[in-house]
Amino acid sequence: MPVFFENRDIVTPGDLLAEGNFEAGRNTYRVDSKIYACKLGLVEYKGRIVNVVALNTFYIPSVGDLVIGKIVEVNLHGWNVDINSPYLATLRASEAFNKPYKPQKNELSEILDIGDLVQAKIIAFDRTRNPLLTIREPGLGKITHGQIVKVSPAKIPRIIGRKGSMISILKKETHCNITVGQNGLIHISGRNAEDERIAVLAIKKIELEAHTSGLTDRVTEMIIKERGVK
Amino acid sequence: MAEKIKLIDENGIRTDGRKPDELRPIKLEVGVLSNADGSAYIEQGKNKILAAVYGPKEVHPRHLALPDRAILRCRYHMAPFSVQERKSPAPSRRETELSKVIREALEPAIFLERFPRTSIDLFIEVLQADGGTRAAGVTVASLALADAGLPMRDLVVACAAGKVDGYIVLDLNDIEDKEGMADVPVAYMPSIDAVGLLQMDGQLTPEEFEEAFNLALEGCRRIYELQKQSLKAKYLAIKESVEEAVEEK
Repeated sequence: MPVFFENRDIVTPGDLLAEGNFEAGRNTYRVDSKIYACKLGLVEYKGRIVNVVALNTFYIPSVGDLVIGKIVEVNLHGWNVDINSPYLATLRASEAFNKPYKPQKNELSEILDIGDLVQAKIIAFDRTRNPLLTIREPGLGKITHGQIVKVSPAKIPRIIGRKGSMISILKKETHCNITVGQNGLIHISGRNAEDERIAVLAIKKIELEAHTSGLTDRVTEMIIKERGVK
Repeated sequence: MAEKIKLIDENGIRTDGRKPDELRPIKLEVGVLSNADGSAYIEQGKNKILAAVYGPKEVHPRHLALPDRAILRCRYHMAPFSVQERKSPAPSRRETELSKVIREALEPAIFLERFPRTSIDLFIEVLQADGGTRAAGVTVASLALADAGLPMRDLVVACAAGKVDGYIVLDLNDIEDKEGMADVPVAYMPSIDAVGLLQMDGQLTPEEFEEAFNLALEGCRRIYELQKQSLKAKYLAIKESVEEAVEEK
């Protein structure tokens, strides 16, 4: 069972990663007993499974994901939401009312208008239909204050860290509330502009250096240094 | 008719000083456009070509969308200033055809079936042309697609071989293409050993064709290595600078 790279080597589409009794994991594909990479990324051998951690991707919706979206259209029965993905999401009007929704009585654009940002969760998506959103959960709904940072969706796992290690450090060190949308949009709201500025800088640093090791320490260091400057 | 130009001298050296099986110098750069989802730039000899990828995204007009896979739309275009005599910016018959063959060379490399009802728009803009732009266009377009984060079976690489003054030569330039005897562009996916484009302009015997085809594949393999390096370059540079900074402490 030969393996052709070392863990965390950068591979390109078409690179032969392993041959023999292996399983094709994320961003890889298999022809007979050969496993190839299908994206530019870092290779990861985990026992029999071969993964590639992509360096750049776009967001493909998945049920249960928390996303941050922008209202792009208001129609009679709900809203169309841009969730930074190839597919436009739908948010039904009934999501925003506790009582039955009546188009002749309720004006939807008074609740959410074009350009508004929402935190929402994906409740349905398959290959044939566009994703469906819900805002009926605590913490979801219109975003009224704070800042939005956009990063590549490929870097989201790195920003969250292993079991949320990176994001909890970020929250603690910057004193900001940070909500990470799986689609690459991150909502930051802090007590003052300075805290938010540092949080944005830290996230940009993680995005740029996502594929290097020892990043957590360097981010903590950078935050402390930025605070010292002020 | 004017006297025929000598394209290969008595030592077997070509007009630009190359040996018969030598490629032109190639410079590749990835991620050159900030507004595109993926982009790349190539300089191959005097060729200068930009490629940009947008998508996958919703298809407009809507009726073009396919229920089972993404569509790839490709536009190969030569800038009016890319050739000696000003070219009309309107797409010519030749450009429409090249858009089609380039699209068909790239389509099998992408996992289009993973993104139903979407489109991937690819723009190849030739800024300066010096022969072999369709091959260089394929090479640079596949880099732009990989840069956009699209899942691909392999990078597609293209290179031409041909017959000039009776010799089989690699990577023809503009004069060799126009004054030469034959031209065979090939697009190839080296890892999975598949050919995506094969054309021939001119006349070759079956033996000569085989020689030219194999030479073109050899050229493809050499360019493939450059492609891989250029994709990794940006990330390796960041990694190195970070590691240096750590070591300094």
